[in-house]
Amino acid sequence: MKELMVRAIYCESLGYEASFSYIHAIKLAQQGAGLEKRVGYLAVSLFLNENHELLLLLVNTVLKDLQSTNLIEVCMALTVVSQMFPKDMIPAILPLVEEKLNHPKEIIRRKAVLALYKFYLIAPNQVQHIHNKFRKALCDKDPGVMTASLHIYLQMIQENPEGYKDLTASFVTILKQVVGGKLPIDFNYHSVPAPWLQIQLLRILSFLGKNDQSVSELMYEVLDESLQRAEMNHNITYAILYECVRCIYTIHPKSELLEKAAQCIGNFVLSPKINLKYLGLKALTYVVQQDPKLALQHQMTIIECLDHPDLIIKRETLELLFRITNAQNVMVIVEKMLEFLRVSTDDYTTIDLVGKVAELWFIETMNTVFSVGGDMMQPDIPNSFLKLLSEGFDCVEDDRKLRLFAVDSYISLLHGEPGKLPQRFLQVISWVLGEYSHLREELEPASVLRLLEKLLDMKQTSSETKNWVLMAMTKLCVGGASVSVAQQVSETYISSMDTVLRQRAQELQHFGQDSEVRTRVLPRDTDLENTIFDVDSSLSFLDGFVSEALAAGAAPYKPPHQRQEELAQAKALSLEPYGLSLPISMSSCSIADRQSPTPLSMSSGLSTTLKLDGVKRVWGREGYLVQRESVEETAQVEVPSPLRSPSQQAEANGSHSQTPTQTPTPEPEQEKQQLAASLFFGLSSQSSVCLMGKSGPTSHRFRRKAKGQGSISGATEQTSKTKLNDSDIKGSDPSLSEDSGLVAADSEDMNPHEDPERPKDLCLSSHLPAELSGLCHSEISPLCSIQSLDLSACHVQKDDSLVLVIFIQNSSDSAIRQIPLDLDSDELEVMYYVSRVSDSPVEDVRSHDVAVYQYSLTVKRPSVHVEVVGTVSCPVGTPQTVRFSYKLPLTTFIRPLTLSTEEYGTMWLAFSHDTKQNLTLISDDPEPLTATLSVLKRKLQLHVVEIIGMEGILACRLLRDRPCLMHCRVHAGALAVWLRSPVPDLPDCLIYHCQRALQED
Amino acid sequence: MIKAILIFNNHGKPRLIRFYQYFAEDMQQQIIRETFHLVSKRDDNVCNFLEGGSLIGGSDYKLIYRHYATLYFVFCVDSSESELGILDLIQVFVETLDKCFENVCELDLIFHMDKVHYILQEVVMGGMVLETNMNEIVAQVEVQNRMEKSEGGLSAAPARAVSAVKNMNLPDMPRNINIGDINIKVPSLSPF
Repeated sequence: MKELMVRAIYCESLGYEASFSYIHAIKLAQQGAGLEKRVGYLAVSLFLNENHELLLLLVNTVLKDLQSTNLIEVCMALTVVSQMFPKDMIPAILPLVEEKLNHPKEIIRRKAVLALYKFYLIAPNQVQHIHNKFRKALCDKDPGVMTASLHIYLQMIQENPEGYKDLTASFVTILKQVVGGKLPIDFNYHSVPAPWLQIQLLRILSFLGKNDQSVSELMYEVLDESLQRAEMNHNITYAILYECVRCIYTIHPKSELLEKAAQCIGNFVLSPKINLKYLGLKALTYVVQQDPKLALQHQMTIIECLDHPDLIIKRETLELLFRITNAQNVMVIVEKMLEFLRVSTDDYTTIDLVGKVAELWFIETMNTVFSVGGDMMQPDIPNSFLKLLSEGFDCVEDDRKLRLFAVDSYISLLHGEPGKLPQRFLQVISWVLGEYSHLREELEPASVLRLLEKLLDMKQTSSETKNWVLMAMTKLCVGGASVSVAQQVSETYISSMDTVLRQRAQELQHFGQDSEVRTRVLPRDTDLENTIFDVDSSLSFLDGFVSEALAAGAAPYKPPHQRQEELAQAKALSLEPYGLSLPISMSSCSIADRQSPTPLSMSSGLSTTLKLDGVKRVWGREGYLVQRESVEETAQVEVPSPLRSPSQQAEANGSHSQTPTQTPTPEPEQEKQQLAASLFFGLSSQSSVCLMGKSGPTSHRFRRKAKGQGSISGATEQTSKTKLNDSDIKGSDPSLSEDSGLVAADSEDMNPHEDPERPKDLCLSSHLPAELSGLCHSEISPLCSIQSLDLSACHVQKDDSLVLVIFIQNSSDSAIRQIPLDLDSDELEVMYYVSRVSDSPVEDVRSHDVAVYQYSLTVKRPSVHVEVVGTVSCPVGTPQTVRFSYKLPLTTFIRPLTLSTEEYGTMWLAFSHDTKQNLTLISDDPEPLTATLSVLKRKLQLHVVEIIGMEGILACRLLRDRPCLMHCRVHAGALAVWLRSPVPDLPDCLIYHCQRALQED
Repeated sequence: MIKAILIFNNHGKPRLIRFYQYFAEDMQQQIIRETFHLVSKRDDNVCNFLEGGSLIGGSDYKLIYRHYATLYFVFCVDSSESELGILDLIQVFVETLDKCFENVCELDLIFHMDKVHYILQEVVMGGMVLETNMNEIVAQVEVQNRMEKSEGGLSAAPARAVSAVKNMNLPDMPRNINIGDINIKVPSLSPF
């Protein structure tokens, strides 16, 4: 029988029906002994449930076994009782179970406690009187019993924390003893004393300490101790830590503990172990409302988690983002969520639920977005929103719910104070109502119409919004009361001054009267994606109309350009006034051109009957596509200077506040950084400095101090250094110009190696054109000589250009005329520089004189060194051509770029080419970063934008104005440099020069 | 509390199912299928937690699972349980199985299904964690095993009497021995 019962259990677990064996299971439990009884009980507890009628047969057996002297039988009875017991029968066995609380065997007491807990769950009022006994169990001398009783307390305290405040001290003492290792060694699990017990206690404490300062104060000490003790690197310690952190954040806050807890969360989030990461995210989600900065610290990790292959991690991240959503980052987060939803809708029902939550939330957020962002936002936001609504997701049911929710929320909004809503939001509302209000069955179309009518009557409603409202009405008017409302409305507007409004009113009127046409034009519930729009772009359906008109004597249509030509020819003399009017007519023409193809060919018959042709038509079979167009249209008209949407601004601002502390990270992360900037914008704005990674706190402190007040120690130095660097943009800082040792007053030239040889060139340099002589030039180097001609060259760095000066020295006795000199370069654009002396590249060189040619050079393609190749031939004697080349480092084309940190931030994100490298740091200086940067500044003419803590940002431009930005961070004794520029190769070349500059130093 | 404990193999065949909350028979099977579906397609390098199973309750519930060779151990719990705690509880449970069966494998679970249930009963009772100490669990199970053996030997004797005798000689629970120095005193308790 026993074996048979086990087999029946097996069958049941595989999903096969074995209900015939139920009665035998009960019989076995009743009549069997020892093992048979055990199998019987097991089978019963697996087969039956609390409400099963056969269970009543078992009550007597349980009673009997509870009274048994056999411990195992008592255990079995208690087990089955805690598994399931008919509610009505609880009073029958309650006294017996209570009695077991005093049983000498701890295992029995333990099971009895759990059984009572079960009773408490099923019928709390029946165990009311034994609460005292629970207390006794709590101070049972056996820790196991005590642990069991914590289940009850956890439940009861969760329900009513007020009632058990007096126990706080007891729980704290227990926890203290457990943490302090007072339990016998066999309670240890991986050398952690009774971890599950600790977890349970921490949970209880967090319930007790919630919103209660005095109670919380009791716990601080033990929580601190728990945090410190839990250091071992094992799962279970992390479990305790996690509970600790949760508890610390739940109870009345204490800053020291919060700091430690935050650190713990950091460890969790940064942990490579995925489970810990998950918990870290959960903890972050939990605490982020109290401490949004914490999320900021880990923003890069969060971004990484967004792309994590594990959907669960992803979801948890979204949950976290959801918590930090604010008006600024809502769009980005919603985008992320939707992305996720798209991925996961096929993920069957698990994600289904989340999907719904997110969707519902989405509508609400969009509502806030619309009402807050109002008319300032770009038209594509409402468009994409509507597109999303109409296209929906993969699940029909979800779509319906989402739309229904939208309709509901909008109806209630309209019932409120629609006058305060922004126009764009009203447009969205009216569209949604027009499309989807039929989903809400009990909603009368007429009542919706009346609501919409209210909108029309409002003074502040713009005519564009009125258009939308009328369109919605057109979709809505189906028979009955709605038609009369519609008629009323259409009569008001049919005589409107606004032609578009008038057209809408016309449509409304016609559709209201003729429901058949309406259903044809505006079919309901069409799946947008499956509907193929037959757009007849040739407008063939108008042919009849056109031929009629032609027949009636109208002029044939001429395309605009033809008209323009004709106009120009015909009125060649009076071109001026017409010339002005022409573009206008053109543009209206082109609008008409773009508009007219939109009507569907299927409605060609209608268009004439409705007398709508020629008027701006934006109707489609399905409202939305058409309306998108119309919005775009109006956007062009209404918003001449595109306003930046809040989200864009958010991005810009967010990025600026972020860039100063940006950590150089591998290349693909730049998008992530961007994303981070936009995601965390709302949070970072609160602290004005984005706290990222470890550098966060320092930079924060630094900022605060730099703003004034009393500055302390290290921060002061940093402040002054930075100021120093800010001030010497033009090299006017005395110390630095001394370093460079340049002769020229305007010490722009920074190539120190040239200096020693300067005296030699004096003879040639005297030939430098006057406008260049004030500037410092490079060493004049011989290029080549051909017959009696000696060519030398130097370059002069001007503020906004680089001038290559070629000297041709004629050592012969006769003047040489017309020296053909050709310059070319792969990397450079060589322009003959028009000097005052002569405007021809070929001039005469008198005997023993020097001719000077000037070329301005600009970089076409950055390269580490650029070369100018030239040929020169001597016209005297035997024709001879000599090639020469002149090499320049790229640095000669680099000029400082002065900009603010904010500008830097915006530019940084915009640039696509970047490179990263670690450079050596000048380590013998007390301020290695500042020293290194000043070397770069001196040698490469980079402008130091700002130095914050261990990071610095620099900027320069490649002539003439192609910027390159540099971000440096001191990391592990090296300088991690990250360069970005819109010009390809430029960062690479520059980093080479940086390297050189630092090596030479 | 723990709502259900499911053990199934890599093909989704249930090896042990234990629900602590009532579900109809076909519902149970559906839950198993769904859980298997969810768990099986997860890599080994993702986290051991799953949320949002729609069948066993709402967002409050999560699945905590471990994958051992051919078997998945899935615990379905509500929010009152610590995730990592349960994860280690699974470990404890499996280690206990290992100790009791000496290198436990899937076949043990099939042929000694009842024993697995008994072990589980000592770990989790009615959805509450009863015992987390492996030695303690093993001791409990051993007591029962001894009962089985002696019963086999004395099959002729009236079973009830035998078991009564057996229980008299039951060894003391190990932990009771040095309870003296535990010293957990609860101050400020109301008198009772």
